[in-house]
Amino acid sequence: MLSGSGNNLKIIAVALVLILGLTGICSTALAAAKEAKIGFAFSMTGAAAAYGETQKNGALLAIDEINARAARDGVRISAIFEDDASLPQQGVNVFNRFISADRVAMIIGPTLSNTAQVADRIAQQAGVPVLGTSNTTQGITDIGNFIFRDSLTELVVIPNTIRAAKEKLGIKKVAVLYGNDDAFTKGGYDAFKKALGDSDIQILSEQTFAKGDRDFSPQLTQIKSINPDALIVSALVEEASGIVSQARQLGIPAAVPIIGGNGFNSPSLMKNAGKAAENVIVGAAWNAASSNPLNRHFVEAYTARYGSPPDQFAAQAYAGVYIASEALGRAGSTDNRKAVRDALEQIRDLDTVLGKFSFADNRDAKHTPVVQIVKDGKFAVFGE
Amino acid sequence: MAVLLQQLINGLFIGSVYGLFAVGYTLVFGVLDILNLAHAAIFTLGALTALWLTTAGALSIWIAFPLATLVSGALGLVLDRVAFAPLRRRADSNLSGLISSIAMAIIFESAALGIFGARTVRFPEGIFINRVWRFGSVTVTSLQVEIVLTALALMLALTAFVRHTRAGRAIRAVAESERTARLLGINVDGVIALTFFISSALGGVAGILYGLYFDALAPDMGRSIELKGLAVIVLGGMGSIPGAILGGIAFGLSEVFTVALTGTSNLRDAVAFSVLFAILVLKPSGLLGRGRAREA
Repeated sequence: MLSGSGNNLKIIAVALVLILGLTGICSTALAAAKEAKIGFAFSMTGAAAAYGETQKNGALLAIDEINARAARDGVRISAIFEDDASLPQQGVNVFNRFISADRVAMIIGPTLSNTAQVADRIAQQAGVPVLGTSNTTQGITDIGNFIFRDSLTELVVIPNTIRAAKEKLGIKKVAVLYGNDDAFTKGGYDAFKKALGDSDIQILSEQTFAKGDRDFSPQLTQIKSINPDALIVSALVEEASGIVSQARQLGIPAAVPIIGGNGFNSPSLMKNAGKAAENVIVGAAWNAASSNPLNRHFVEAYTARYGSPPDQFAAQAYAGVYIASEALGRAGSTDNRKAVRDALEQIRDLDTVLGKFSFADNRDAKHTPVVQIVKDGKFAVFGE
Repeated sequence: MAVLLQQLINGLFIGSVYGLFAVGYTLVFGVLDILNLAHAAIFTLGALTALWLTTAGALSIWIAFPLATLVSGALGLVLDRVAFAPLRRRADSNLSGLISSIAMAIIFESAALGIFGARTVRFPEGIFINRVWRFGSVTVTSLQVEIVLTALALMLALTAFVRHTRAGRAIRAVAESERTARLLGINVDGVIALTFFISSALGGVAGILYGLYFDALAPDMGRSIELKGLAVIVLGGMGSIPGAILGGIAFGLSEVFTVALTGTSNLRDAVAFSVLFAILVLKPSGLLGRGRAREA
């Protein structure tokens, strides 16, 4: 009997351990269940591949940081990365997969405005929130109330750039060169044109090129002959690199600054164009040199992990993941897409690597832009 | 005036690049009457191979250039063996060869995509000294001069080769009639393989020079030039080697002046192909073509 009760005690003890253990497992299982699926559509191939890679790097860094912290509290992020190939059709395929097959809580991306204009409509119809981290063309968020972005539009950044350039360099007449078969480069051109008009700067000549062009010498030869004070360019970085080096090669003097749109915001420009990229002026949404501790941590962690400093696209993707994580936390649900949307809308004055971040009433980004200039192969602050 | 001169130089230069591409193309297309649609893929692979040799192989461009040219030529041999030779005895061998060359183009391009990735890549900085000469406000670079001279030199060498050497005469004999050539004891398969080797090596040279100048290489870089190359051959006159260069320059000039006059590149191809159309209406055999009579 004694031995029997001993056995019983043992059984009870084992049962207790099991129960405790199981609840332990259950509680961790519950915590693990608080996991939100986010679909990331970035361009890993095609014209925007240079941006997609740093976007993915920035996002991965943020996801790992958030998930390391989420073990104790908060929502883990389960990330699904897909390549939108810089093409609207492929963007649509990726969005459809995210929405119906993966059943994500929200989508971050796509890289290009061109793609966003098509793919975001599908998410809007399905009621899935989208956070663009690099779409800067006007009107993307007009698609509907599920579409957000943390990237400042060209309409905010470009007038700021033109104002700073006019103040510091006294520019009066310029030539404009842009890609007219892409929503992003065309949008940049529209913003430049408006800003130049508002600042009373005369446009001497407007020239265009097509996607995939490699020879810009006919346009640049015409531009050189009219002696502008500055050359304004709206192009993606591959074309921008070609334009900058061919302009200097054709003898457009270094005293004539080249002012670029958002497409120039990549260290690839300096890598590709080398010395010709010196003194290129670019408006930016993110100040790499900012001493904000969040930003310092980001630059250090990114450089340590990937071996090269981050660019604006990495910073915006990194900030985007934090904004998403904040919204998911506030929504109190990891699969209610409507609740996530409502929580996104409420974000005001969130501390991010971009500075104090808010969504405007039209779901566009609101924070302070900067103007950068290339000095010794790096972006330095030109003005604010 | 300086602007006009500069635009002439721009057009002459880009036209020579088209011509270089078309010279190899026309050797197979115009002389052998075979349309090889994988020529643009070899153009791309030649450039990417040279890039790979200079980066991964750390070779000087002076060694990488001839090596990559040989690799391109060898790819031409593969192309002939795989895409054309098995079909040669068939009645419609030219048409079926055309289709199988499309397949080879896709295979080559996918191979380039798999090996080199989809990203635009560049030659390492300082691999090549490109001097910039300024005459007043007109700019010429040493690489541009070299490309134009290479195009002209290859045109002369190739013309002499096809006209005056034994192998060249064999190529023309095969082009005239494969059966007669065979009866005369010419190794037809060998001659065709040789033609493919030369043609593809030239395609590779064009790719490397194009890559060095624009310094933006990608697996799809051949696509933009493929159709132009075809138009250039037709414009210059089928099978005429000087015609290919002349057609290339005419094409390049029409492109550059369209862009210069309209300030946009949207009409560039439209005008270039309209010029092609007009010339064909006025002179159906092309600028230097002579109807069916073959000219080297």
